[in-house]
Amino acid sequence: MNTQSRPSQVAPVENRVAAIEAVFEQRGMEPKPFIETMTHAAEEEWVPRNGGRVVAKAWTDPAFRQRLFANGKDAVAELGLSMPAHHRHLVALENTETVHNVIVCTLCSCTAFTIIGLPPDWYKDLDYRARAVRESRTVLREMGLDLPPEIEIRVWDTTADTRYMVIPVQPPETVGWPEDRLIDIVTKESMIGVARL
Amino acid sequence: MDGIHDLGGRQGFGTIRYAPGAPAFHAAWEKRVNALYGMAVRRGIFNMDEYRHAIERMPARYYLSASYYERSLTSLLTLCVEKGIVSREELEHLAQGTVPLSEPSAPGRTNLPDRETFQRGDRVRVKNDFFAGHVRMPGYIRGKPGIVVSESPRYPFPDAHAHGVEAADEPTFDVAFRTEDLWPNSADSALVHVGVFQSYLEREK
Repeated sequence: MNTQSRPSQVAPVENRVAAIEAVFEQRGMEPKPFIETMTHAAEEEWVPRNGGRVVAKAWTDPAFRQRLFANGKDAVAELGLSMPAHHRHLVALENTETVHNVIVCTLCSCTAFTIIGLPPDWYKDLDYRARAVRESRTVLREMGLDLPPEIEIRVWDTTADTRYMVIPVQPPETVGWPEDRLIDIVTKESMIGVARL
Repeated sequence: MDGIHDLGGRQGFGTIRYAPGAPAFHAAWEKRVNALYGMAVRRGIFNMDEYRHAIERMPARYYLSASYYERSLTSLLTLCVEKGIVSREELEHLAQGTVPLSEPSAPGRTNLPDRETFQRGDRVRVKNDFFAGHVRMPGYIRGKPGIVVSESPRYPFPDAHAHGVEAADEPTFDVAFRTEDLWPNSADSALVHVGVFQSYLEREK
């Protein structure tokens, strides 16, 4: 099984993908329509705007906010948002003037992707995974979020079937805006917790 | 498994390569890999724990040098070979070259004995436990004290579920650890929360 001794012979990655796709095709699994459906979902359905709707609703509807913090998965279902079978629980993390939450997956790349969108490349990189838990304040500063010392940082390592999303602090100048307009200011980065709005 | 995938707290890494609005995919084949492993999971060829563990079983040098979706692909190919969907020879014939796969798995295990239920606010300690198979306990919390902040529903026990071993589903507990306890005098001050399976925890003192 040692693969290191023959690197020059390794098939190009595209060939390896095509090989397993051909195997699935031969086995009658019809991979092509599935790839189309999944790619459409990844690009058009699992978008940060879903999470933006959740955040905007939480900002403007106190009863929804309460339900969201009590049971995230049920609350987002009210907005027609679903989660895959292995995302069995959604925990919303509330940022305040003195608390900042940030999400990581040190062991792989887990995210609530149907709600906040698929994880961006930097989130899956070794550097973020290694450093976010131990050098959180430094890492956030490098990413452009320089938090004053009075703000406590809470890091959430996604290690089980629970998924997390950050509910950012609503910018004061947007209080009173209609929900539709609020949705547009919520970014994927703010729901991972590497940015504040 | 104390593999290279267990990155939390490791030193020597670089600046985050960050850009707001960064994409999830960079090439068309990455989207196909993402769909194909999802298809295999939906068809019951393997489950998410087996998928994760097959990535962890990549030789460390290969793990570190492969891109994210090449790791996904390697897991998919390894599991399809191990499950008898295709032989390595057929894959290599189709791909017109060698196909790197992950190393064989160590055996799994069922739930650990003496599982306790905890309440929010309970002081707990992660067991000083070492296991060569799949485990969802990052090494940086091993043996460390923390405080329970919440309980999850019951989930399949990954140490068993990644290896085809029977086990009861277990709740996880979100446990808050102070970085001062995890890496004394050598970390930014913060609370780090980990979703810890019941089997991995014991009551403090």
